[in-house]
Amino acid sequence: MKRNFHKLGEKLIEGVITASGLVTSITVLLIVFYLFKEGLGIFSQTPVAEGSLLAVNRQNQVSELSAAQVKDIFDQEITNWQEVGGANAPIKLFEIDDITAYYTEEQLGPDFAFLPQRINEVVAKDPHILAYFPDEYLAHNFPGKRIELANISLGDFLAGRQWYPTIQPAVQLGVLPLILGTLWVSLGAILIALPLGLATAIYLAEIADPKVRNFLKPVIELLAGIPSVVYGFFGLVVIVPLIQDVFGLPVGETALAGSIVLGIMALPTIISVSEDAMRTTPRAMKEASLALGANKWQTIYKVIIPYSVSGISTAAILGIGRAIGETMAVLMVTGNASVIPHTFLEPVRTIPATIAAELGEAPQGGIHYQALFALGCILFLMTLAINLTVDFVSAKKKENR
Amino acid sequence: MAFGTPSPSHKSKKLSQSIAFFVFRLLSFSVVAILLVILGFILVQGISVISWEFLTQMPREGMTEGGILPAIVGTLWLVVGSMLFAFPIGVLSGIYINEYAKDSWLKRFVKLMTNNLAGVPSIVFGLFGMTLFVNQLGFGDSILAGSLTLGLLALPVVIRTTEEALKSIDNSFRVGSLALGATKWQTTSRVVLPMAFPNIITGLILSIGRVSGETAPILFTVAAYFLPKLPNSIFDQVMALPYHLYVISTSGTNIEASRAMAYGTAFVLIVIVLLVNLLANWLRRYYGKKVKMN
Amino acid sequence: MNSVETKDVHLYYGDFHALKGITMAMRKNQVTAFIGPSGCGKSTYLRCFNRMNDLIDGVKIEGDILIDGVDIYKTNIQVDDLRKHVGMVFQKPNPFPKSIFENVAYGLRVNGTKDKQFIEERVERSLQQAALWDEVKDKLKKSAFELSGGQQQRLCIARALAIEPSVLLMDEPASALDPLSTAKIEELIHQLKENYTIVIVTHNMQQAGRVSDHTAFFYLGELVEYAKTKTIFTNPKDQRTQNYITGRFG
Repeated sequence: MKRNFHKLGEKLIEGVITASGLVTSITVLLIVFYLFKEGLGIFSQTPVAEGSLLAVNRQNQVSELSAAQVKDIFDQEITNWQEVGGANAPIKLFEIDDITAYYTEEQLGPDFAFLPQRINEVVAKDPHILAYFPDEYLAHNFPGKRIELANISLGDFLAGRQWYPTIQPAVQLGVLPLILGTLWVSLGAILIALPLGLATAIYLAEIADPKVRNFLKPVIELLAGIPSVVYGFFGLVVIVPLIQDVFGLPVGETALAGSIVLGIMALPTIISVSEDAMRTTPRAMKEASLALGANKWQTIYKVIIPYSVSGISTAAILGIGRAIGETMAVLMVTGNASVIPHTFLEPVRTIPATIAAELGEAPQGGIHYQALFALGCILFLMTLAINLTVDFVSAKKKENR
Repeated sequence: MAFGTPSPSHKSKKLSQSIAFFVFRLLSFSVVAILLVILGFILVQGISVISWEFLTQMPREGMTEGGILPAIVGTLWLVVGSMLFAFPIGVLSGIYINEYAKDSWLKRFVKLMTNNLAGVPSIVFGLFGMTLFVNQLGFGDSILAGSLTLGLLALPVVIRTTEEALKSIDNSFRVGSLALGATKWQTTSRVVLPMAFPNIITGLILSIGRVSGETAPILFTVAAYFLPKLPNSIFDQVMALPYHLYVISTSGTNIEASRAMAYGTAFVLIVIVLLVNLLANWLRRYYGKKVKMN
Repeated sequence: MNSVETKDVHLYYGDFHALKGITMAMRKNQVTAFIGPSGCGKSTYLRCFNRMNDLIDGVKIEGDILIDGVDIYKTNIQVDDLRKHVGMVFQKPNPFPKSIFENVAYGLRVNGTKDKQFIEERVERSLQQAALWDEVKDKLKKSAFELSGGQQQRLCIARALAIEPSVLLMDEPASALDPLSTAKIEELIHQLKENYTIVIVTHNMQQAGRVSDHTAFFYLGELVEYAKTKTIFTNPKDQRTQNYITGRFG
């Protein structure tokens, strides 16, 4: 009896332990589920703000417009129907506020009761009109033709060059500038961090004497523990003004500032991973090199570095991963302009910074909200790819030994 | 072949070695210098702000004066909350991977997923925590939601240190215990865990450092821009040190006027990290000696 | 003529007294074997001849070691020049993760040789000396890791020969190999002694008997007995030597 009880206890504990073991896996799966559930939502939405519509006169040949065309029309960069496949005639824009130019307050009636009817008249009268007004003023006998905007496509989303998630009447959700901004800043960071980090790793692993090493190691570990927001703050009060002065820029918040801050933040990862890799070089191999008359430096660059090259690439990839996902520090120092970067001295905006800056203002469930989750998906996939590459590289390394 | 006098090849080898080592030394010391400059700058600028009032009062005048008490208290809540979640689950999970899981696809899958979770950017944790804890489970912006989100973020760290700590325990101890008729759990809890404990606790302390400085995961799950009162329950919002620093240095009502407050907040954050690291190092050394003495 | 000569050599690892006053001389173009139980100091002593012990922290060496008449612990001796003069083959084959060709060329390249043709000729000759040329001449560009253990060890010998040392140190060169590969290495040692002074540490007494002209027996950091190999194995003077040879400890 007592024995059975004992056995039951063991089983119970094993169950609890197994369940805990599965928490991370479940979390990852839930993250994927929620991110994609919200994020994929944008592909079944049209870019027109909910509760509004676009319409033209029934005689107009045009019945479909893209989000980009709508934006250009309302920005007055497209002014003729010909440019969007219609007749050669100037586009007449009509927004709901413009109604007062056509009718007096009396004609609109008490509480705008006649407004739907008046809109009908306006749209029916002008063959070149493009009207944008809320759904609630749509009369059931509307004489115009509704303009349908195509759903947002994956291609538009990924290759679109404009990110204006709240613009009226059609939002622009092109993430190319954000993706490029992220890669740009991360690559800059790795260009700064890799040479410095590798040099430090080599120094610590092979050159420094134990006393110096025992001092430097904890200092570098400490660097890894400092919160990103503190780095961001340091960047903001020191690096940003410095860049502004040195390059004579109107603002110092630039991709370069982001790269420098991220580079510093990636250093500890790069140093410790590549140092560990170099330390695994078998002693026998180092001795063989020295016994052939090579000196220390020749042994380092001819034997140790080639031997630990996979560990060093792991370090570089992990460093990039850390840079791509970093949010706060970048948000604070890059200026966050969603334009495709051309030089390091321009402001850029990264994916994580966009999510952090905009999610608070995006109404839950709306197209902007979903677009930010879609950005989260892209970010997740990028870092997943990086993690899998690292797993693959280190698995391969083990195989080779 | 004589070798009593240095050969010509020796001289050129020696020269390139001297140059290379000089460059490496220079770069390494500049890396350390960068760190010391960052630390020094913030510590020097911040120390003059630190006072009893700064640590124990509410912010005043649009957060340009007064103290940061609510942020300190909030961060404390979040650290405790997240550790209450991450520590037991993380340690059990580490035990699962190293002691219980058979070498199967499930174990590989769990390890892969844990690795991947460690690589997920903190802002994605924020998105996830908001959907699951704040909206789906209806916790709202609260200490509960924020702690769970931070806890998930700390989980891989705790799991990994536990795993490493357990791995370093020689198998003979397990076999010895099992041979005396102890069950698996008795062996794990009475022999293996106590031996691995120092390293596990070090991991826990380091993850406290990590959690107390994270901003992105709490942006949409708990952090408040400004709250004139301290929290009463786990369903309240709180201010937190890292978010407070972000707010007063980028989007406060008067950024220039709150600069001093910002230096002070950064100072407190760095001191926390320093203390955590010192404590971890001290523990490592303390237990290291104890083990040797046995 | 003596190639290696040592006078009253003491070596300490920190507090541990590992070599206790060793004085002996090794003749040119002869094979000298060091035997003795594990931890007797024979490998440590061997590693003094190319100053490999310099790499270990806390090692202190006293006494004189002369190689071809030069005191190698004098301050003006450059250790990399010394190691070019005194080659070494290790216990386990330790080729570099490079091609077969590059493994052999390594020593030449690190010592400043740039002439391509010269390097090619020297690589071929060294591989021939190491009796490996016929087996690898068609795959010089292949990774050294594709060779078998025995081939790898001969590659390491070729690598050591390429820089034309005058002394070749072998630290249990066959202990990780199968009997067939071991036989090949032993045959090789026979051929090599025409041109090189060889000092070999071995665990295997039969091997010492087969390959060496002189044998030195070490015990607890002391040189117990040093004589012609035949004498050591047939008529040892010291009781400890006899015990070891007859397998009473080891």
